[in-house]
Amino acid sequence: MANTHFTRAVLLLGALLLAAFPLIGLTFYIQLGAKIMIMAIFAMSLDLLVGHTGLVSLGHAAYFGLAAYMLALITPKYEAASLWLTLPVAIVAAAAAALVIGFLVVRTGGVYFIMVTLAFAQMLYSLFHDTKLGGGSDGIYINIRPELTVGSIKPLDLEDPVQFYYLVLMFMLGVYAFLNKLRCAPFGRALAGIRANENRMRSIGYPVFGYKLGAFVLAGALAGLAGYLAACQFGFVNPEILAWHQSGTVLMMVILGGMGRFHGAIIGAFAYILLQELLSASAMFGAYAKHWQLAMGSLIVLIVLVLPRGLADLLEYGAVVYKRQRMRAAG
Amino acid sequence: MFYLIQLLNGVQYGLLLFLLASGLTLIFGIMGVINLAHGSFYMVGAYLAYWLAGITGSFWLALPLGVGTALVIGVLLEVTLFSRLYKRDHLYQVLLTFGLILIFEELRSILFGDDVHGVAVPAVLSYSVRLTDTLSYPVYRLFITFVCLLLAGALYLVIQKTRLGMMIRAGSSNREMAASLGVNIPLLFALVFAFGTALAAFAGMIAAPTSSVFPGMGNQILIICFVVVVIGGIGSINGAMIASLAIGLADTLGKVLAPEFSAMAVYFLMAIILLWRPQGLVNKT
Repeated sequence: MANTHFTRAVLLLGALLLAAFPLIGLTFYIQLGAKIMIMAIFAMSLDLLVGHTGLVSLGHAAYFGLAAYMLALITPKYEAASLWLTLPVAIVAAAAAALVIGFLVVRTGGVYFIMVTLAFAQMLYSLFHDTKLGGGSDGIYINIRPELTVGSIKPLDLEDPVQFYYLVLMFMLGVYAFLNKLRCAPFGRALAGIRANENRMRSIGYPVFGYKLGAFVLAGALAGLAGYLAACQFGFVNPEILAWHQSGTVLMMVILGGMGRFHGAIIGAFAYILLQELLSASAMFGAYAKHWQLAMGSLIVLIVLVLPRGLADLLEYGAVVYKRQRMRAAG
Repeated sequence: MFYLIQLLNGVQYGLLLFLLASGLTLIFGIMGVINLAHGSFYMVGAYLAYWLAGITGSFWLALPLGVGTALVIGVLLEVTLFSRLYKRDHLYQVLLTFGLILIFEELRSILFGDDVHGVAVPAVLSYSVRLTDTLSYPVYRLFITFVCLLLAGALYLVIQKTRLGMMIRAGSSNREMAASLGVNIPLLFALVFAFGTALAAFAGMIAAPTSSVFPGMGNQILIICFVVVVIGGIGSINGAMIASLAIGLADTLGKVLAPEFSAMAVYFLMAIILLWRPQGLVNKT
């Protein structure tokens, strides 16, 4: 961290811009902003595993999708469900799935871990795709969004895009603050130790399995939060929400932003989705906009080859330049 | 009789999986590269079969042409992209090959559209063996089984009995040691990679007449191949063989007994193996 003041100032500015963003008043862009921030929560939860514990999960969409399905399944058809009930249920379901799957996958490492997380996510995909449980491959609609009530008053109306935007912004900043606190707490230091040298951590007496499983469950729960919000926003879930494409996309966001720094995951989510919007804008690329994945795929290949540490590096580079100039000014 | 047919189907599917999984497991075992795009090569093979059979009018002519094309694609990819990945973290291998999948899928969409295509079963093989009055078995499926067995046998001979096979085994058990004993590692890597690509494409080509040719066909089979590799143990050809057959049979029987849950049966099998032997069936460590 070259200069945390600079990084902090930029991040604070970013948060203020996000808070002021709905003032532009265009519903499409406000909804896009909420969608990006939901993906940012999702990406941060994966960064806890990839960047901070050294566990490369390629099946993280499973917990995102599972929570989304939970909301869809427990929402009554003609009335609104309570947020106080559905949110915990969805998150607990995602965490429980992460506990069971984590118990099996955390005992493997390296490339096995990648393949096995992918395979278990695919198992959940088949569960929702092949059986009638969640409407099969057609998915299910959530006709009415959950309600947030305190006593008899309704402080937030989730049907309103602007209010929903602020709810998501609140959650995103909350998760960011929580994960950063966690990073500095003993739990987070232990994860960093495991990432650096697992055997050494084991030999000095840390229950490595427990720590990894704990991180896996926590990441699953936070992915569940993101999935719940996504289901709220779109009012619709289908099996594609937990397909491996989704897991790959969120991993790409983490890398694009720069792993191991939670603000990197946020930057990555913004960069990826804005890029996707740009590449698929038919106004710019005409008939080729339909094939935006070709450009995206090529870009991913390029980034791996030339910018492996992600965009957050640019921010740190800025911090270095800033520091140098200040030193020069001070003589 | 009905179960005999299912058994044959299961073995045929298992052997087809073996063609893919053996390449995947070798590429990982020897080069340490996890290749998500391996399933795309299967898709490329199937579309090559569709395209070349259309042009040449003969499936038999399309086969060698397609394998040749796949070999060229394999060498090109190895030299331009994969050779840069050997020393890198698995994470970047996952991402780069994920990017490749997107590229292959979109190219497929641009070149061939998003429709489902069929490839005709070659005339010589397009009849059925009658088993009972009502049941019969298509000869083409027997042909697939036979060809896969032949290839598996050839693979076994090459790996166990030839000098090249010796190098491959050496590279797979200890890369640095093999290199310092004078094995030409870059050449070996390019060979194994191109070979794995060609095997996957070949599997796609011979499967095309039975399974039709459709978008996303590579991804579906890739994940099953991962399960095979995990169960068999990474880098082990023998393990891949056992696991492929087990998965082939489990999937086919699952489809008969509980169609809705057949896809999940395969993953349950994997979960059990993981509890019992996290390193895979064959690997010792």
